[in-house]
Amino acid sequence: MKRTVLCFAVALLTGACATGPHRADPFEPMNRVIFEFNEASDKAIMKPIAQGYVEITPAPARTAINNFFGNLQDVVSFVNDLLQGKGAKAANDFSRVALNSSFGLLGLLDIASAAGIERGEEDFGQTLGAWGMGPGPYLVLPFFGPSNVRDGVGLVVDAQVYPLGYIESVPERNSATALRLVNARANLLPAEKLMEQAALDKYTFLRGAYSQRRQSQVHDGKPPKESDE
Amino acid sequence: MRTPGMVRADLIWRYLVVLLIGLATNGLAKAETPPDVLVKNVAAEVLAVIKADRDIQGGNQKRLNEMIEAKLLPHFDFGRMTALAMGRSWRLTTPAQQQQLVTEFRTLLVRTYAGALANYKEHTIEYKPLRMQPADTDVVVRTQVMQPGAQPIAIDYSMAKTGNSWKAYDVIVGGVSLVTNYRDEFNNMVRDAGVDGLIKALTDKNSATAQKK
Repeated sequence: MKRTVLCFAVALLTGACATGPHRADPFEPMNRVIFEFNEASDKAIMKPIAQGYVEITPAPARTAINNFFGNLQDVVSFVNDLLQGKGAKAANDFSRVALNSSFGLLGLLDIASAAGIERGEEDFGQTLGAWGMGPGPYLVLPFFGPSNVRDGVGLVVDAQVYPLGYIESVPERNSATALRLVNARANLLPAEKLMEQAALDKYTFLRGAYSQRRQSQVHDGKPPKESDE
Repeated sequence: MRTPGMVRADLIWRYLVVLLIGLATNGLAKAETPPDVLVKNVAAEVLAVIKADRDIQGGNQKRLNEMIEAKLLPHFDFGRMTALAMGRSWRLTTPAQQQQLVTEFRTLLVRTYAGALANYKEHTIEYKPLRMQPADTDVVVRTQVMQPGAQPIAIDYSMAKTGNSWKAYDVIVGGVSLVTNYRDEFNNMVRDAGVDGLIKALTDKNSATAQKK
C-alpha cells in the first residue's frame, strides 16, 4: 500500500511510473478493483435504468432530451474554445448555443447541427492537453469510469461551468442531474454492446480506446502518428 | 396510398439498384479504383443490400455475415491487420500460428462489424475530400457517419496499395485505431500465456459469440 501511495506521488510529478505493469497505467491493480466495482454497480443499477428509459421514452423525446443536455455541454465547449484561443471554434459554439437556446426552444431542437454548424466538443481536460500537459497515469474513477489525472482535473473544472449548477432549487437540480446521467448512460448502450463483442479483456480494451480517443480529441482529430511498435 | 403492389414494385426497384451498383463496382474493380471511390462504392453497396434485405433487417445474423463476407472482406488486408495488432509479438510466431491468428482475428472483426451494422440502420455517410498524390501507396480515407439525433462519428480507413488494388489495413473510429487498440490486449496475452494462449483466447471468444446467437 505504501508503495502504491509513493508510486502515485511519483507518477503525479513525473507523469509516469516505471514499476507499473503498463507504462501509462501504473495503478492498474487499483484501477481494476474500481473497474470491477463500476461494472457491478452499473449492471445492478445504472444499466437497467438506462434500458428502461430507452424502452418507455419515445425516440423523439429522447432526442429532445439529448439535445437539451448537448446544448448545455456546448456552453462548456465555448468556454474551453476561448481558453485554448480557438476563435473560429468559439464563434461556432457560441452561435450553436444562441440558435439552439432561442429558435431551438431552450435547446430541445438542435437546429444548429441541422444548419451544418458542427459541435465543438471541447472540455477542460482537452484544454490542459492543448496547453501542453500530458495525460498522466490512467485512472478509473468510481462511477465515472475511464479517465486520467489530467482529465480528472478537467472533470472537476467543467462541472463548475456546466449550467445545471445554477439551478437554485435543490430538488429540481437533482432531478435534472439524474436525467442527465440516465441520458448519458443510454447514449453508451450501443457502443457498450459493440465493445463486449470486440474485447478479449474489457479493461484493457477500454483503457486503450479511452487513451486513443482523448489523444485524438486534444489534437482535434489529427494526433501525431505513433510508431507501429 | 401505398398498395401492396406498389410496395413490391418499390422492393424490385431497390433490388435493381443494388444489382446495378454491384455491377458497376465489379466493373470498376478491374480498372484501378482510387481508394476513396472504392470505400464509397463498397459502403453504398453494403447499405443498399441492408436496406433491401428483409432477412437482415429482421435480425438474420447468418445472412448479414454472408453479406459482409462477400462484399466487404475482399477489401481488407487481414494479414497486415493481424501483424500490426501483434506488434512486437508477431516476430515470435510460426507461420502456422500466424495463419491461425489471422483466421481468428478476422472472425472476431467480422462479428464486431456485423454488430455495428445492425446498430446503425438509418445512417448516412459523408466523405471528406481525399488529399492524395498519384504516386501515393498509403492513404487515409476520411468519412463521417451521420445518424439522426446523435453525434456524427468519424470513421477513417487506412489503406495501402498492393499491385493494382487498394486494401484497408486499419479502421479508426472516433480517433480510436482498431488495430492499435488490440495491440495491448494481444501483447498482454502473449506475455502471460504465450502465442498459443492468445490463439486459444481468440478461439474461445469467437465460439462464445457464436453460441450466443
